[in-house]
Amino acid sequence: MSVKDYIRERFFPHIWCAGCGHGIVLNNLLRAVGGLGMSKNEIVMVSGIGCSSRISGYVDFHTLHTLHGRALAFATGVKLSKPELNVIVPMGDGDALAIGGNHFIHAARRNIAMTAIVMNNRIYGMTGGQYSPLSGPGKLATTAPYRNIDQDFDIVKLAKAAGATFVARTTTYHIQQMADILRQAILHDGFSVVEILSQCPTYFGRRNKLGNAADMMKFFKDNTTPIGSKAKKENPELTERGIFVQNDLPEYCAEYDKIIKKAGGSC
Amino acid sequence: MGSQVKFIQGNEVCVEAALYAGLDFFAGYPITPSTEIAEHLAYRLPQAGGKFIQMEDEIASMCAIIGASLTGQKVLTATSGPGFSLMQEALGYAVMAEIPCVIVNVQRGGPSTGIPTHISQGDVNQARWGTHGDHAIIALTASNHQDVFAMTVEAFNMAETYRTPVVLLFDEVVGHMREKLILPQTNEIPLVKRLKTSVDGGVDYHPYLAREDGRLPMSDFGGVHRYNVTGLYHDMWGFPSDNPKIVHGLLRHLVDKIESNADTIARYKEHYLEDAKKVLISYGASARSALHVVNTLRQKGQKYGLLELQTLWPFPHQVIRDRCNGAEHIIVVEMNLGQICREVKNAVDHPDRVFLANRVDGVFINPSDIRQTLRLIQGRGV
Ligand SMILES: Cc1ncc(C[n+]2csc(CCOP(=O)(O)OP(=O)(O)O)c2C)c(N)n1
Ligand code: SF4
Repeated sequence: MSVKDYIRERFFPHIWCAGCGHGIVLNNLLRAVGGLGMSKNEIVMVSGIGCSSRISGYVDFHTLHTLHGRALAFATGVKLSKPELNVIVPMGDGDALAIGGNHFIHAARRNIAMTAIVMNNRIYGMTGGQYSPLSGPGKLATTAPYRNIDQDFDIVKLAKAAGATFVARTTTYHIQQMADILRQAILHDGFSVVEILSQCPTYFGRRNKLGNAADMMKFFKDNTTPIGSKAKKENPELTERGIFVQNDLPEYCAEYDKIIKKAGGSC
Repeated sequence: MGSQVKFIQGNEVCVEAALYAGLDFFAGYPITPSTEIAEHLAYRLPQAGGKFIQMEDEIASMCAIIGASLTGQKVLTATSGPGFSLMQEALGYAVMAEIPCVIVNVQRGGPSTGIPTHISQGDVNQARWGTHGDHAIIALTASNHQDVFAMTVEAFNMAETYRTPVVLLFDEVVGHMREKLILPQTNEIPLVKRLKTSVDGGVDYHPYLAREDGRLPMSDFGGVHRYNVTGLYHDMWGFPSDNPKIVHGLLRHLVDKIESNADTIARYKEHYLEDAKKVLISYGASARSALHVVNTLRQKGQKYGLLELQTLWPFPHQVIRDRCNGAEHIIVVEMNLGQICREVKNAVDHPDRVFLANRVDGVFINPSDIRQTLRLIQGRGV
């Protein structure tokens, strides 16, 4: 199936700015899903609030556009009550890791099968460019006019430590890798986290003088490298891309089915 | 047929009733004095093939039951004051997206952490207005175990009928005390099933287009209709809209579907009201003491009556007017600073005849507390 078969044309045009990375994620997510041969009726997309979270409106799945930061909690209810559904949860970096940080670590800890996609543009896009827990020190934002003093999270390390059984990172420049990682993440039987470095030219780019969308994507190309590459050894400043964790551990819904058996119920 | 009589806690009664009503999914976070509901369901739900999950907090619990409801399940969460505060944003989401769900708040004394193990009825207005924005809500309560059972089943039925969250406002005394429950037989109380759409797959389904009777047939997530659910104002497909006509129409629909059915939703009990000159109005545990007072005064030949409210929201204005018209005095008995008393004053023609008998110190209001107020009203001092 082509990407067009997965979108709701009725609801276009989309709300994103020209050059926003979120559209690239939408495209590659649908390419990844297209390669899986799943029925659209088996897929639920749950999102929170933010520019990134609007992605759920445009796809022809069962879609649940929820509250800022709470997507994973809603998704847990969907998944546990109907484990046969494939649940995909795209989130902004603020959505996933500021207001939603608690749900993020606990969903990872439970290893409940769903795909958490963090569209990391290092800023609060929807509300007009305030700093996020991913902005990093020294960056400018409307709420950091003297430059940011907040340290940022490393999403990969955080997800790993919290117990996610699939953890990966890619960027909007590396679209082949993005589609490939997303495909594997969706197939993974456990909690998977995919961080996608994405650009917000409108707020993060402009305020921090990072150029236009193409310049910001070129930055991803020049400053990232495959996991364990020679380049990384030579330049430890580079950010690694690829799959960091891919483990086979007991999945939450399957474990709960065992509880039902133990209790003598039938599911 | 085994023993149908039980001697259990109010919180356990709520569990029995939820299972009777067909509960499939519970998500919650422990908090006194509601915790026994979660504990019993952790044990009982999987026996019935249902799912129980202890979430990371009450925000997540409320969100999880909404997600589960969308797959076609009957869902419940249970909490007390501080947890109920945390649930308010998602409760508003359930109002906006019209998600059937039941929320139990076994009240304790607030504000804040307050007085966890003691009684209060201080969350009556929070149940009404806790979430932001204009909206309507259904809240039910009960004073004894048989009624806790009945109202819990009602809550599930109303949640489905009106596609709305329903709040069960119990209190620490009813939740924790033990008394007799006669378990209703299967099929003794009618259960409302989810209204599902009859539209075939492939045909345009409008999840948010109300039928003439105001009801909206649903389609389960995972089924043949893929649609959008959002907390934003939305059109008939569930897609966000800021069209003023759509915004106004949806808000009116959300409010009217409940407020215009206030008479149908009203549940109450009448004691000696036919010829009562003085009417006590009460609900929840307070109504136990109020009934005791009325019973003893009647034995002395005094014409007192009791109107026990079980539906608190939408407030049954008409019931109050009908039953209290002509009463010399109306005495509202509750354990807060007059949250229902204020509503009663609004409902009647002579608000100056309405008095409050209350207690707000964490101690259960007893018959002599009420009698003291009655004496004061009669100008007899205490
Ligand atoms: C409870 C709550 N707090 C704050 C907001 C306002 N708000 C909406 S989106 C957002 C941040 C969006 O940033 P991010 O999640 O990184 O996504 P982006 O828009 O950058 O894609 C905020 C603070 C809200 N909607 N709800
Ligand atoms: S504000 Fe930033 S994140 Fe939002 S749509 Fe525009 S570019 Fe994208």
